[in-house]
Parts: sequence; C-alpha cells; structure tokens
Amino acid sequence: MASADSDRAATTVDSPVRGQLSNPGAQQGIPHYRRNLNAMTLKLLVAGGFGVGKTTMVGSVSEVPPLHTEEALTAASASVDDLTGVEKKTTTTVALDFGRITINPELILYLFGTPGQDRFWFMWDELAVGALGAVILADTRRLESCFPAVDFFERRGVPFVVGVNCFDDAYRYGTEEVRDALELDRGIPVLLCDAREKESTKQVLITLIEHVMGTKKTLTSAYRLS
Amino acid sequence: MVTHEQPRAENRTRVRGAMTAEEETWFDADAGPLARPYTVTGGRTRTDTIGLDLLTLVVAVTTIMEAAILPQEYARVVRLCQQPLSVAEVAAYLELPLPVVKVLLADLIEQNHVIFRSATSMAAAPDERILQAVLDGIRRL
Repeated sequence: MASADSDRAATTVDSPVRGQLSNPGAQQGIPHYRRNLNAMTLKLLVAGGFGVGKTTMVGSVSEVPPLHTEEALTAASASVDDLTGVEKKTTTTVALDFGRITINPELILYLFGTPGQDRFWFMWDELAVGALGAVILADTRRLESCFPAVDFFERRGVPFVVGVNCFDDAYRYGTEEVRDALELDRGIPVLLCDAREKESTKQVLITLIEHVMGTKKTLTSAYRLS
Repeated sequence: MVTHEQPRAENRTRVRGAMTAEEETWFDADAGPLARPYTVTGGRTRTDTIGLDLLTLVVAVTTIMEAAILPQEYARVVRLCQQPLSVAEVAAYLELPLPVVKVLLADLIEQNHVIFRSATSMAAAPDERILQAVLDGIRRL
C-alpha cells in the first residue's frame, strides 16, 4: 500500500478531483447516500481539571456514546537545562473524548473533551484551531485546576463560558465568587450546571453559542469604528 | 467504551475468532486491537497526511467488496467509511491512534479509495446564519 513516487505523481496530474473536492456530491459515480460529504463540521471544546465531568458533559448531549481516541504530541521538554544548550524533546500521548450532534445533514457539531490529567493538550494546536468556542467546566473544590484552560483560551482568542459543575458534596459558591476567583472579565458568562443532565448541558451550550455570537458582533462593530 | 455497532462487532469477531467459544481469556474486545498500533502502518509515521484534521470528513468511493483485496487495516477503514465520518471518528471506531489513522487514510486517498473534504478553516469562520442554525439545533435536542 505504500505509495511509490510515480503513483503520487499520477494522482496529482491525472485525477486532481480525487483529492479535495469543492462539491463532491456533484461528482458522477458517487452514490447518492454518500453525498453529504458537503457537510460542515464544527467543534466545541470542553476543558477543565481532571475528574470534573468533561466526558460526562459530552455524553449528556451526544447522539453517540462518547468516543475515545489518542494523538501523539512532540514538545520541547519543560525541564530544559539551559547550560547544556540541548533541548530535550518529549513525545507524549494525549487522550481525547468526543461526542457528535448532527444539527442537520449539512452541519455536524463535535464536542471534544480534553481529559485533564495531562497538561500537554495545551500544545495540541489542531484541537484549538477553528474551535467555535469552549466550555470550561469548574469544580469549586479545585478551582485552580481550570486556570490553565482560562489562560489558554484567552491567549488563543477562543470564546468561552465557565460552567460550575455542582457536585453534591461541594459548597455552592455563587457565580460571582467563581468569576472573581478566576479573574474573569464581566462579559464572560459563568453559570451553574449539572454535567450529568442533558437540559443543563444544553443551557451551557446555548449560553456559549450566544456568547460566541455576541463576541462576533462586538468584534465586527469594533472593526467598523476603527 | 466504543459502542458503535459495526466496528465493535467486527472487533469482537476478530478477537473471538482466535479461540473456541468456551475458552476464557484475559482479553476481550475492550482490550483493543492486539497489534501494536504502528505495525499496521509498517512503522511509518508519515508527516505528509494531506492536511487531514480531526474534523476532516472522509468517505470511501471503493465498495466493501472491492476493498477485500486491500491489506486488512485498509479494508477496515474502507468498510467503516462507506458513509462520511470525521477522521476523529474513524480513529475512535477503529481503536487506533490518530497518527496511525491519518497515515492509513492518506494512503487510501492517494490510491483513490477514499475522498475527503477539509474542515472549515479559520479563514472561513462560520457566519451568523450557521451559528443560528447551531443554536436552534442545540435547543431542539
């Protein structure tokens, strides 16, 4: 199956349509049932500390039970000895849980949860690029575990909301207390939720999309003013 | 964890096929594929994966019958991709790491067994209409 160079050249010259198609459904010979390759795929991220309920949240609204996959990331090691001048490379495996919501035949929304026991997903560019928005799921017993996610999405310019997952044995903080503790801007929505409940997760996602729409409007008008 | 009907059943067959029905073993379908991940790509971790992204949609243009002559892992991809799926879904259903699946898919695309459509890039960020559709879709859940 390993492609010889001649094969590759032939593919490029003779059948460029086989690669990326602008409208694959219009191609002759492709059965009708496969034509929704035209669908647009969008992603939302669910981040937060370990055990905060990210996969639970994904599962509460996904049309399929949460799926799992892994990516290998290579990064410069954090503990670099400057004196040696040699940068160590670390390869690490990052796990990903995700779910799917088919909005309509042309629009598929994927919810990606970033398992929180590793700090390496912050280097996963592919995950952050193009993300519509993010939910940071917070546990009031360990609020500090969402600091890295807050920093990450602020730096990347990914709009986000904070969902405070209400665990039974946790003291119920108000959303304003959480906002202050996380030093969030007034404009960033913070809401209480129960990641196990579909309706609750829906409310978090609705708030997120509305926030994304609001952020877009603000950016557009700021652009017009300048 | 993976409960998708088709690959799950397929996986079970692969594992169970190697033993008698009564025999108890320490592994089952949940143990995942028994081949080390990179052996299915011949140890290759190609970097040129045609820009395949987590959300790139792929679909087979080769039928299951036609794919029967392909090496096993490639045939599995073709079987799974009879309907469009994202690269992330292909990886999850085949229980293989993403880098491995990207290699398999890139090979299949070069050999004209699979076609793909890239995920929306940042340059083409969804407009108001798309966002409204997403919002309505979530409300309907």
